[in-house]
Amino acid sequence: MAGSTRVLPTAETEAAKAPAAAGTALAAPVAPGALAVAVPRRRVSPGLDAWRRFRRHRLALASTVILALIIVTVVLGPLWWNVPINDIDFAATLTGPSWHHPFGTDDLGQDLLARVLYGGRISLAVGLTAMLVAVFVGTVVGALAGISRGWLDAGLMWLTDLFLSLPQLPLLLLIIYLFRDALKAVVGAEVGVFVLIVTVIGGFRWMPVARLVRAQFFSLREKEFVEAARALGASPWRQVVHHMLPNALGPVIVAGTIEVAAAIIAESTLSFLGLGFPPDIPSWGRLLYDAKDNLDVAPHWALFPGAAIFLTVLTLNFMGDGLRDTLDPRKVM
Amino acid sequence: MGRYLLRRLLIAIPSVIGISIVLFAVLALAPGDPFGDMATSPDIPPEVREALRVQFGLDDPIPVRYMHWFVAMLHGDWGFSFVSRIDVSRLILERVPTTLAVIGSSQILALLIALPVGIFAAARPYSIFDQLATAFAFIGFSLPTFFTGLLFILLFSIELHWLPFVYRTDIGGSGWPWVWEHVRQAIMPVAVLGLFQGASWTRYVRSAMLDVIRLDYVTTARAKGLSERTVLLKHVVRNALIPVVTLVALQMPAVFGGAIITEQIFRVPGIGSLLINSILANDTPVVMGVTFVFACLVILFNLLADLIYGWLDPRIAYR
Repeated sequence: MAGSTRVLPTAETEAAKAPAAAGTALAAPVAPGALAVAVPRRRVSPGLDAWRRFRRHRLALASTVILALIIVTVVLGPLWWNVPINDIDFAATLTGPSWHHPFGTDDLGQDLLARVLYGGRISLAVGLTAMLVAVFVGTVVGALAGISRGWLDAGLMWLTDLFLSLPQLPLLLLIIYLFRDALKAVVGAEVGVFVLIVTVIGGFRWMPVARLVRAQFFSLREKEFVEAARALGASPWRQVVHHMLPNALGPVIVAGTIEVAAAIIAESTLSFLGLGFPPDIPSWGRLLYDAKDNLDVAPHWALFPGAAIFLTVLTLNFMGDGLRDTLDPRKVM
Repeated sequence: MGRYLLRRLLIAIPSVIGISIVLFAVLALAPGDPFGDMATSPDIPPEVREALRVQFGLDDPIPVRYMHWFVAMLHGDWGFSFVSRIDVSRLILERVPTTLAVIGSSQILALLIALPVGIFAAARPYSIFDQLATAFAFIGFSLPTFFTGLLFILLFSIELHWLPFVYRTDIGGSGWPWVWEHVRQAIMPVAVLGLFQGASWTRYVRSAMLDVIRLDYVTTARAKGLSERTVLLKHVVRNALIPVVTLVALQMPAVFGGAIITEQIFRVPGIGSLLINSILANDTPVVMGVTFVFACLVILFNLLADLIYGWLDPRIAYR
């Protein structure tokens, strides 16, 4: 008996939260004076409802604010802090943070604040683009497997499982090692490395999305509204795009948020191993790679970009967690 | 159990073949000649180059080349390192034990963190301990291993002078001091990898425990008057571990990725640092060999996970 009370807190808190979540939508318009008049109940759109649920997750909300600040700083910061990233100054090498150089300088006397801001643009751009690649491939594979039965589904799932058991980092390194020079020759160093890294990271991270979408489609395609659409003569394309995909979007958004974090880590890892961006394009990982040999004399060089990666990834993970609670219809908050 | 093991082994074979096809496709699709280092070298006369091309079968159709390559890989004939001039298989075999030791001990550390913390957090959900554990787990797996590694070096080697930050193989002496030196230099790599894994596993253990703890049979066990300790450790944990094992097996590729980074930071002489150094030195046979070994290790650990799965859940073992 003593034991059973321990389960109750979970059940209770969830039961207590359930009416609270519904209550915010229902009870809000009932103002004391308006009770007598039959006020039509205010409509709450799904988006507004999701926002209300998300707002309850305090850490996720705080993370969103911090992440927004990071993005704004990284995007607009260089306009205000317009020190060139490659301004070499041998009079001030490896100096710690000061008013003149808030994040200090590196071994060539280049301003680290400017480099971290620039690196943030690269890292965030890689993260977002790689996420889009992964989500696109994953959705296509998952949707194809989800609406088809038989060999296509089995084959695609075999492919997904195969990709899941590939050693990703060694393969990433192998591909970059083999293709880097060829691509650089075709489209130039910066674009070449960017395209390569984004494709490769995206191409190795679509599997969770594919599995999610397939699982969603399996349940959605048996639902009455899809059956109704089918009975009305909707083409398979229309069924998928208008009826099933929008309903499978929730988990995909959650996975996408986490995917951005994973892609940022993957890019930093590649750069940290010296196989990502070249030194004249300082992404956060590349800054760490350059900093690691001067750790004893200039710890600030590693700490600022490292903290930037950590903060971005942490806030993205918290956001993903909050979105999971918000968008999962099974979860009662 | 024997039949189950055999079936699992048979399922692993297509994976090995699939991975080898992916690997070979990458190599075959790569622009330029992967062995071009040798072909463009002015020291090697054209007829020798031609003979080499024929010997390596570089002009054969791709499926034939794949078969040759795969059969050679299975025979343990992995080629010859361009840089260190010894057999790739010998080079790799020398370094595999170090990598396995680092990965193995870090996984044990991760389990030692994740199991107690996850179980205790799930026993009192939403308590202060649970919230702290969740927060630390989030921080733990949001800190990339390369940054944790640098932070550890900064703190324990540079500031406090407690631990060495370069892994040495040539430690002299014998007896306990020698063992102690080896343990001391392994602490940071193992801790970096173990804490990262432990953080994500804690979340898995906690949520799996919470799923099982609500089931009716747990209530029955409590109603029988069993102590909470017995209920949790004997009844809940075993069933909760089933999904955890699956998730851990899915994480194996990431674990090896983490091992590569850790070995590179602390200069641990394992196959991870061998991979990076070979890539930087354009040593194609070694790169291919190490990637293949990593692939095989991932499959091996998946197999191991399947075995543990069979032991945890007798229902699937004899199906």
